[in-house]
Amino acid sequence: MSHTAAQTSSGAGQLLSVPALLERNATVYADRPAYREKEFGIWQSWTWKETADEIDALALGLLSLGVSEGDFIAIIGRNRPSLYWSMVAAQSVGAVPVPIYQDSGPDEMAYVLDHCGAAYVIAGDQEQVDKVVEIKDQLENLRHVIYVDPRGLRKYDHEHLHPYKEVQSQGRAAPAEIRSDLAARRARLTYDSTCVMLYTSGTTGRPKGVVLSNKNVIESAKNVSEFDHLTEREEVLSYLPMAWVGDFIFSLGQSYWCGFCVNCPESPETMMTDLREIGPTYFFAPPRVFEGQLTNVMIRMEDAGRLKQRMFHYFLAHAKKVGGRILDGKPVSGADRLKYWLGNLLIYGPLKDTLGYGRIRVGYTAGEAIGPEIFDFYRSLGINLKQLYGQTEATVFITVQPDGEVRADTVGVPAPDVEIKIDDTGEIHYRSPGTFVEYYKNAESTASTKDAEGWVATGDAGFIEESSGHLRIIDRAKDVGKMADGAMFAPKYVENKLKFYPDILEAVVFGNGRDRCVAFINIDLTAVGNWAERNNIAYGSYQELAGHPRVLETIRSHVEAVNTSVAQDEMLSGCQVHRFVVLHKELDADDGEITRTGKVRRRIVEEKFADIITALYDGSDQVSTRTEVTYEDGRKGAISATLSLVDAKVQSAITRAVAAE
Amino acid sequence: MLDQSDSYVTEDGRTIGPVVMEMKNITLRFGGVVAIKDISFDIREGEIRAIIGPNGAGKSSMLNVISGFYVPQDGEVLFHGKKRPPMRPYEVARQGIARTFQNIALFDGMSVLDNVMTGRLNYMKTNLFQQALWKGWAEKEETENREVVEKIIDFLEIQAIRKTPVARLPYGLKKRVELARALAAEPKLLLLDEPMAGMNVEEKEDMSRFILDVNDEFGTTIALIEHDMGVVMDLSDRVVVMDYGKKIGDGTPEEVRNNQDVIDAYLGVSHD
Repeated sequence: MSHTAAQTSSGAGQLLSVPALLERNATVYADRPAYREKEFGIWQSWTWKETADEIDALALGLLSLGVSEGDFIAIIGRNRPSLYWSMVAAQSVGAVPVPIYQDSGPDEMAYVLDHCGAAYVIAGDQEQVDKVVEIKDQLENLRHVIYVDPRGLRKYDHEHLHPYKEVQSQGRAAPAEIRSDLAARRARLTYDSTCVMLYTSGTTGRPKGVVLSNKNVIESAKNVSEFDHLTEREEVLSYLPMAWVGDFIFSLGQSYWCGFCVNCPESPETMMTDLREIGPTYFFAPPRVFEGQLTNVMIRMEDAGRLKQRMFHYFLAHAKKVGGRILDGKPVSGADRLKYWLGNLLIYGPLKDTLGYGRIRVGYTAGEAIGPEIFDFYRSLGINLKQLYGQTEATVFITVQPDGEVRADTVGVPAPDVEIKIDDTGEIHYRSPGTFVEYYKNAESTASTKDAEGWVATGDAGFIEESSGHLRIIDRAKDVGKMADGAMFAPKYVENKLKFYPDILEAVVFGNGRDRCVAFINIDLTAVGNWAERNNIAYGSYQELAGHPRVLETIRSHVEAVNTSVAQDEMLSGCQVHRFVVLHKELDADDGEITRTGKVRRRIVEEKFADIITALYDGSDQVSTRTEVTYEDGRKGAISATLSLVDAKVQSAITRAVAAE
Repeated sequence: MLDQSDSYVTEDGRTIGPVVMEMKNITLRFGGVVAIKDISFDIREGEIRAIIGPNGAGKSSMLNVISGFYVPQDGEVLFHGKKRPPMRPYEVARQGIARTFQNIALFDGMSVLDNVMTGRLNYMKTNLFQQALWKGWAEKEETENREVVEKIIDFLEIQAIRKTPVARLPYGLKKRVELARALAAEPKLLLLDEPMAGMNVEEKEDMSRFILDVNDEFGTTIALIEHDMGVVMDLSDRVVVMDYGKKIGDGTPEEVRNNQDVIDAYLGVSHD
C-alpha cells in the first residue's frame, strides 16, 4: 500500500518537521482529500496538493509581511482549514504557532499574547479581531493582524490589519528571493525545532506555555497511529478547540503523519449534523459529548411509537448483554450472535447512523472520567470507544487502551515508547519521546515538573492494577487530602459518581480537613428541563428550576445512591456527602470557575462561594447569596438567590465521624 | 439643510445617498378614524430610518403606506422622484421593497430553507410544470437561487436550523428567519415592523447587529418601526416620531431625544 510504503521508505529520517510531512503528502497523497469544510451548505474540499499550495501562498505572504524566524504567531478562531494552514505556514517560515482558545476574554488573551510576545495574530473573524484591537496597546511586540472572514471588518483601520486572502495573493506574487528564503527556512527546520506552543488552561494559576518540538509531535503521532492502525483513509471531524493539545495531535499531527482528511463543521451549532454527514472513522470527544447524545436519544425515544420503543429497549438489553463481548472478541453463543445481528439490522445500525457513528473504527474519550453506563452503552452498540490518559506536557498520550482490553474504570496501558512509574505518594510519573521541551519563560516550573532524567510529574494520583497492568487514576494528587479523622479525601472520585447521573452536570465536593463532606451540584438543564416538561412542572429560569423542591428531591436520591456506592469502598467511605446545595448558576469558564476545557477550579469555587460552604457546615436550612457573573462580552452582572441546603443520608461506615460530634 | 439629491458621509464612514422615497402630506383614514394626519418625511438611500411612537400612534399604518399596502386618501408617495400609483403587493416587491411583519408571517410547516427560498420567488422564471420535471432550466435556476439563499443563511448564522420546520423554532429565531426571507428578495428598501418586539436583551443585541450588518454589507436602505427607544437611538441615522397620527419630531436621534414634544409623548402629559 502506498500508505505503508510512504512511511517506511522515508521513516523519521527525512520527515523531521510538519512542513516536511506536508511535502510528502502533497506528493504521495496528492489527489486525496486533506481538508473539507462545510460552507454555504456544501462540503468544500481541498486535496493535499491544493493544501500545499494554499500553505505555500500564506507562508510567502507572511514572509512578505516580514515574519522572522522565532517570531510567535497567535492563531485564534474556530476550527477552519485556513487556520490549520496558518499553523503549518507559520512553521514553514520558522515561526512558532500559538493557538489560543477562541472563547477567551480580552484579559486572558492579553496575558497569553503578552507572555509569548506574539508579533502576529491570525484571527478567524471580527469577534476575535475586536478582542485583539481592544488589547493592542498592552502588546508592544504585536505588528500585524490577519483575519480570515472579512465580514464587518471593512471599515476598520487597515494599517496593520490584513485579509487572509490578500496575504495569500501577495504570497503568490512573491519574487524569487522570497521563494528561496522560504525554501531555506524550511530546510533549516530540525527535529528539535519548536513545532507549536500550547497554553495549558491550568486549574490553578496563570496558563503556562508548553513548548513542543517536532520530535514530540511526530513521534507521538506516529506511535499512536501505528498502535491504532490508522491509515490515510481515516476521516476525522475537528470541532474541539484548536488551542487544545488533543485537537493539535488528532487534526494536525496524526493527520499529517497518516495523510488522512480533516473535516471542519460549518459552525459550532451544526456539529451534530455535520458529524452525521461525515461519519468519521476516527473520533475523539470528551465524555460530555457522549453523555449529551445519549440523553438526547433517550429523550427522543420517549416520543417514539409503542412498537419502536419496545424494540429499542428489547434489543438494547440484548446489546448490553453481549455487545461488549462481541466487540472484545470474547466467546458468545451462536443464537446470541444471530440476535445481535438482527438487532444491528433493526436498531443498532440505524441508531449509529443517526448519531454519526456508523463508520467509527476507533473512538476515544478523555479529559474526564466517563460514566460506566454511558461507556458501555456505546460499546454495546459495537462502537469501538476507548479511553486514554494524557496531558499537554506529554503531547497527549501517556496511556491508551488496546483494542480488546477496554474497561470503564481503567485508562489502559502505557502508550508505545512511554515509561511510567508511581512514586511513594502515589503520583504518576512518565517519560516518553513526547515529553515537552519546557514551559516557555518559566524555568522554575519546568524544573519542578520535569526532572533531570526527563521524568515528568503528572500531578495525578493512581496505581497500576496488578492483574491487568492497566493504570487506574484516583484523583488529582493535590486534590487528594485528609479528612479531620485522617481518612482519605478524594473529591473527584465522588464527583464522577455524581456526574454519571444525566441530571447532574457538575459536582464539587468539599471536605478536606473537615469532619464530613458537602457538595455543590449543577443540574443539567437539558435533562432536568425535559423531565420538568413531562411532569408539568413550570419554571421561568434556570435558577427557579434548580431550586424546585422536586428537583432537590431527585438530586437527593442521587446523592444518597452515590453515598451507598462510596460506602462500599473502605478507603474512601469518609467521602460520603452529608449535605449538598444545588447552585443557582452553572459554573462557567467566563467567571473563571472552570477552565476552558471544562475542569473545575476548586480553589476559586471554594473562595467565591465561601458563604454557601459555611452555611452547609453550620447546619442552616437556607442561605442567601449574591454572585457576580461575567457575560460573554465581558460585562459584569450579579445574581441574588436564596438556596435551600439539603441533608442526605449517609451509610454506616461513617458513623464514627457523626458520633464524634 | 441637505438637498434631496445630496449625499453625505456619516461619522462611522457610511455614505448616505439622495432621497429614494418621499412621503408628501400623507393622510390615511379608516372610515371616520384618522390614522395618519398630514405627515411628510423622506428616506435617503443607505440610511437606517426609524419610525417610533407610543401604541396606536399610527406607525404600522405608516409602514403599510410605504409598502403600498394602504393607499392614502390624501398626499402622495414619491419613489425615486416619481409619484407611485396604487400597486399590488407583488409589484411593490418587484420594485425592490421587502418587509417583515410584527406578528411573524412564515410558513409554519415548511423548513427554514424553504421559507427563505420563497423570498426568491420574483427571481424564478420557470413554471410549475418545468419545476416538476426538474430538468435543465429549473434545476439551474434552483441552484443559482439556493446559492443566494445559502449566503444569507450564513450571514444570519442560521445554518444549524436550515432543515428545521419553522413551527419548532423559538420566537427570536423565527424573527431572524423572517429577516432572512426578506433579504432573499435582495431588496433596495427593507421595511422592518418591530423587529425586536418580545425579545430579551441578548436577542435584541443580536438583531441590532444583524440590522447594522445588513445595512453595511449590502447597502440596503432600512426603514424600521420600533418600541424600544434605546435600540432605536443606537441604530438609526434619523428618526420620525409619531403620536396620535401626527408627526411630532423628525431628525437625528440626538435631536429627537431633546425634543420637548417627544419627551411629553413618551412620558405622558394630559391631553385636554
